[in-house]
Amino acid sequence: MSKNAPVSAFHRLRRRYGNTMIVALALIIMAILVNMTPLKEQTWLRVLFGVSALNFTLRATVPLVLGALSGILCERSGIINIGIEGMMLAGAFAGFVAKTSTNHWSLAASLIFSVAAAVAVGGLMGAVHALFSIRFRMDQIISGTVIIILALGTTSYLYNRDAIAEGKFSSIPIPGLAQIPVLGPVLFDNPPITYLALIMVAVVHLGLFYTRWGLRTRAVGEHPRAADTVGINVNRYRYINTSLGGMLAGLAGAFLVLEAVGQFQEGMTAGRGFISLAAMIFGNWNPIGALGAATLFGYTQALQNELLLAGVTQVPRQFISMLPYVVTIVAVSGLVGRVRPPAAEGKVYETEGSA
Amino acid sequence: MATATSTAGLTRTLRALLIPSLALLAALLAGAVVMILSGDDPMAAYSGLFKGAFGDGKGWARTIRKTIPFVLTGLSVALAFKVSLFNIGASGQFVMGSVFAVAVGINFEGLPFYIHLPLALLAGIAGGLLWGAIPGILKVYTGAHEVIVTIMLNYVASLFGGWTVYAGGTQGQTPGPLWDRTAGAISETPDVLHSAQIPWLFGPPYRVHYGVFLALAAAILVWWLIFKTPLGFEMRTVGHNMRAARYAGIRVNFTIILTMALAGGLAGLAGAIETLGLNHKFAPEFGGAVGFDGITVALLGQTHPIGVLLAAFMFGALDGGAATMQFESGVPADIIQIIQALVLAFVAAPLIIRMIFRLRQQEDQDAGSAVSTSWGGT
Repeated sequence: MSKNAPVSAFHRLRRRYGNTMIVALALIIMAILVNMTPLKEQTWLRVLFGVSALNFTLRATVPLVLGALSGILCERSGIINIGIEGMMLAGAFAGFVAKTSTNHWSLAASLIFSVAAAVAVGGLMGAVHALFSIRFRMDQIISGTVIIILALGTTSYLYNRDAIAEGKFSSIPIPGLAQIPVLGPVLFDNPPITYLALIMVAVVHLGLFYTRWGLRTRAVGEHPRAADTVGINVNRYRYINTSLGGMLAGLAGAFLVLEAVGQFQEGMTAGRGFISLAAMIFGNWNPIGALGAATLFGYTQALQNELLLAGVTQVPRQFISMLPYVVTIVAVSGLVGRVRPPAAEGKVYETEGSA
Repeated sequence: MATATSTAGLTRTLRALLIPSLALLAALLAGAVVMILSGDDPMAAYSGLFKGAFGDGKGWARTIRKTIPFVLTGLSVALAFKVSLFNIGASGQFVMGSVFAVAVGINFEGLPFYIHLPLALLAGIAGGLLWGAIPGILKVYTGAHEVIVTIMLNYVASLFGGWTVYAGGTQGQTPGPLWDRTAGAISETPDVLHSAQIPWLFGPPYRVHYGVFLALAAAILVWWLIFKTPLGFEMRTVGHNMRAARYAGIRVNFTIILTMALAGGLAGLAGAIETLGLNHKFAPEFGGAVGFDGITVALLGQTHPIGVLLAAFMFGALDGGAATMQFESGVPADIIQIIQALVLAFVAAPLIIRMIFRLRQQEDQDAGSAVSTSWGGT
């Protein structure tokens, strides 16, 4: 059989990024179709693919994709990170505290400072996770759980209900691009962390696959002994990557507090860290794939939102709200043998001869 | 793990107690540092805590009452650990157990209590069993990692529980099937019928029910299952080395599903006991947290049923004394959550404890079974 070029390109896309890209692509095509043609007169199609649904999808996707990138950085270097949820929450709380204590500054300065605080605290949590897993050889899944419980407890203990954050990030339309129909208002009229998240996807992708740092990170995650043999400091790479991953999770927290909600709520991450993990797995530990998966999960959250707003009463609202969680389970279950985590993931690395 | 001579057994027991006790001590000390840093008085807090947990009969009753669910969720997580499975889903299983138990408990008027109560308890176990079996089945047949599945199922269970007692919406949404029609806008079930309530051991104001003995029995049963039955041997073998177990002809898939189901059943029983013994109804705010704490209890108890009993008692005391502590010293009760997280950190990383207390490293033992088998699954 002769090789058919489009089919092989399709297969390559699928192999590299998983099925998520195809789903995401289908979503975009549907959206353009629905919004540009008379199909938009159909209420249910508007609920499913209208500009409002797409806007919400992107908003829901941002924390998920940042969380997934966080997971990718850690796991590509061999550290399992199920503590993303906790790092996100800690970042969100730090951002909130920084914002409330700088309310009297100019809005922009105060917000930027708060983002920095969120990222720093997220990074700190990442460093703690690395310390637990590497220095203290704690089981990495347990260590992640410690991070989550610690973040939940500490943020509730320190949370002052009277504190109010004044102001949050507002949209910055990109001149020219924002005028494109459908795509413009969805992609090019967003607050800054949303842009930043999309940029980070590209940065992590390029970094991981086209730089020396990325090659070494992957080597450390796949075959630490070989990496060590050629002179790479395995644990240093793990410390750095896990801390960077923590910073990305902190940025996701900053998004929740400083861009989406504007305030802190106890336990406000509501499982997003775990859905990020599923997005990471579903996206085959690849940033672009993770973006596709996060979009899919974000879309289910948007759908949930749109259905509730549309006043759907035939199905109880609680069942509609289950959608993102059920889709996540279905997604991670539909992957028999199709994904492959980094080989050395979850294992403590010790140099030969050390105790 | 296997039986040994009695002296060797004794030193082993003492050694097993060492790390958890020191971890608890270290966590209390670290909690004191946190309190000092945020301007609270740790001495007042801890004396309030002790008084609240053991100060009088009511304190003891509170501690015991809080211990019961910790025992069962701790056993749930510990049992799964024995097979190298991480059950973060105890809180969802707890909710399902509560919902199933209450569904039986508020219906079937006229049944004698010796049929109604066991039926309601069994329904609770069944609810948890079902919710635990799902991640087991998915793990075996699709490779989905149980950590993600159990967490997602926690959210689903909590929404499902919310729906069953939903009071209905202003836009004409239908109320849930278990909602109490006399409750107005409040989302909760009616009271469990008397014939399905677990009787008081000490009635109000102590409110300790016979569920205590159910929890104790469950601990003994789990101990017997793990260490004294062929099935338990298979479980431990799968937990130790899955590949070797497979070569030895052990039904690995069956063991995984069964273990997750039993773990779910234990957490479901916890929910049923809380519902039938203490709350006497179900509302969305009941349940949840004890499931997550089950992880810490299991690890603090070194995943041994007897250890879990002790650890659950410690946690029961911490929770039982928390309110009095806040009342007497003004320190927010949330500090208990921080202390519990620190306990988990210290007990899961014996190296930290060895460093703090300058203990020598032992060759053979280290706490906790490895669960980081990566996302690849079996």
